[in-house]
Amino acid sequence: MTRLRWALADGLTLVGRELGRLRHDPGELVAALMFPAVMVVLFGYVFGSAIQVPGGGDYREYLMPGLFAMVTFSSVMGVMTRTAADASRGVMDRFRSLPMARSAVPFGQTGADLLVGLLMLAVMVAAGLLVGWRAHLGPGPAAQAVLLMVVLRYALAWAGVYAGLAVRDDRVADALVPLFLPFTMVSNAFVPTGGMPGWLRFLADWNPVSALTAAARELFGNPGAPAGDPAWPLAHPVAAVLLWSAALLAIFVPLSLRAHRR
Amino acid sequence: MTDAIVVAEGLRKSFGGVHALRGLDLRVRRGTVCAVLGPNGAGKTTAVRVLATLSAPDAGHARVAGHDVVRQAGEVRARIGLAGQYAAVDEKLTGRANLRMFGRLSHLSRREAHRRADELLDRFGLTEAADRRVGGYSGGMRRRLDLIASLVRRPEVLFLDEPTTGLDPRGRGEIWDAVRELVADGTTVLLTTQYLDEADRLADDVTVVDHGRVIATGTPDELKATIGDRLDVVVEDPAALRPAAAVLRGLAGTDPTTTGDDRLSVALPGGGLRLAGVVRELDRAGVAAADVRLRRPTLDEVFLRLTEEPVR
Ligand SMILES: Nc1ncnc2c1ncn2[C@@H]1O[C@H](COP(=O)(O)OP(=O)(O)OP(=O)(O)O)[C@@H](O)[C@H]1O
Ligand SMILES: [Mg+2]
Repeated sequence: MTRLRWALADGLTLVGRELGRLRHDPGELVAALMFPAVMVVLFGYVFGSAIQVPGGGDYREYLMPGLFAMVTFSSVMGVMTRTAADASRGVMDRFRSLPMARSAVPFGQTGADLLVGLLMLAVMVAAGLLVGWRAHLGPGPAAQAVLLMVVLRYALAWAGVYAGLAVRDDRVADALVPLFLPFTMVSNAFVPTGGMPGWLRFLADWNPVSALTAAARELFGNPGAPAGDPAWPLAHPVAAVLLWSAALLAIFVPLSLRAHRR
Repeated sequence: MTDAIVVAEGLRKSFGGVHALRGLDLRVRRGTVCAVLGPNGAGKTTAVRVLATLSAPDAGHARVAGHDVVRQAGEVRARIGLAGQYAAVDEKLTGRANLRMFGRLSHLSRREAHRRADELLDRFGLTEAADRRVGGYSGGMRRRLDLIASLVRRPEVLFLDEPTTGLDPRGRGEIWDAVRELVADGTTVLLTTQYLDEADRLADDVTVVDHGRVIATGTPDELKATIGDRLDVVVEDPAALRPAAAVLRGLAGTDPTTTGDDRLSVALPGGGLRLAGVVRELDRAGVAAADVRLRRPTLDEVFLRLTEEPVR
């Protein structure tokens, strides 16, 4: 009982730590929040003018679910770099020499990331509403879409914990961050996958970014529903996102906890 | 003497093909400062990490504050503090926020964690900087914060891995004062260092480690006694260095080392020599000596002597 209570308290202390970091370094928070807003302008107006939405419809309506997915996936990178920084600076060693629950560190980090993620999502929604994006199917499905993003984000954060512990060097982690962009781009987030060469289309269709984007389009009632006979994850995007989340958690929670106990 | 609060026996630890610890034994008496000396790569950090429950030894065992570091790691963690070789504080938080966080994570109540943070900041002269981000601290302040972060829970045993590396003399002095104060309060301190004068000033006992093994142990004075006294000679004319060296070689039976343009130093055999005899011999060889002095060796000389011999 007291054990569990302390584990919870430790986790909350570490969530507080992450929030404290943001408070003392508001520049970082502003930059993190600017990123999605810049993406809306960049893709919505710069690239969007040249892209045809399949089945017709406004490109910005098509784009927003993709950007929501992109923001969701940024949690891997954020958590990875923070975990790697702790591991390389010896902060992790100090945590491990304290009588605290060792699992509190990843739980705290992923929990804090969730709060940051919700904030980013809120900014993103506001930016979307400004450029004319709407959730057309009402609050129920919209809430489901947000819930899906939150669930997948949390699962992705655990992949970030494991990646951070695996690289153990914040410079390596920083160098890995740019990989994030091509990963999210090879998907249906910005352009339909139909026009891609076969092998790339296969990757894009099975990219979890695509599943989340498709699920969000479906639940928000935005254009871009795949035509013809789409790959399974795009035909059943909600189930695909839930499966992805479950798989990520099943793999990375035990791996990360074991790495922490080591 | 028998009240050892840290006991390690036969610790072994390898990383791939690198044998970092090869049967290390260690004892630290309660309430004392034990310095672990050793060249780079000797295994000091590895030993501290094993004792602080951060990594498990491949073989051997260790008890800290009465508990086994592997089987009762939780009990050990509740009784130790650790300041590692690299300052382990969150640079994006203020000093105060760091201490409060570590206090909470050491399972102090919120109020107690706040009180303890204020108390430590005050006692170690960081109150003024307490509400600034650690990223803007000087190296010395950061080290001091790192040290007090390991004190939030009043550890019985404090492990300090090279606590003053990279600090200026003033920063080092501040850390030394802090360590002395802690020991006066009854804390046992095990510190690793590459600075011999640090061990000389702070430590009750010194353990010299090389290639993952203890090669000497004793008080600083005992260690100095093992290599005998030294004779330093300063000649008036640098040209007289050669004949002076010949005289010293004859007297001491070993080769003297040149320690400057006009000075020599030589280790003396067990019995030692009379100063008057040395002066007479130099005179006879026509060497005008500006200064002839008999002294105890420094710990540096002990260390060099101990670690230069091939260890098998
Ligand atoms: N995690 C590790 N992986 C691989 N090798 C390691 C690891 N940790 C230590 N070693 C190796 O073990 C040996 C002992 O290292 P250790 O860090 O304990 O030495 P040290 O006495 O603390 O040295 P220094 O004075 O440089 O801090 C070195 O050869 C080092 O390269
Ligand atoms: Mg070291």
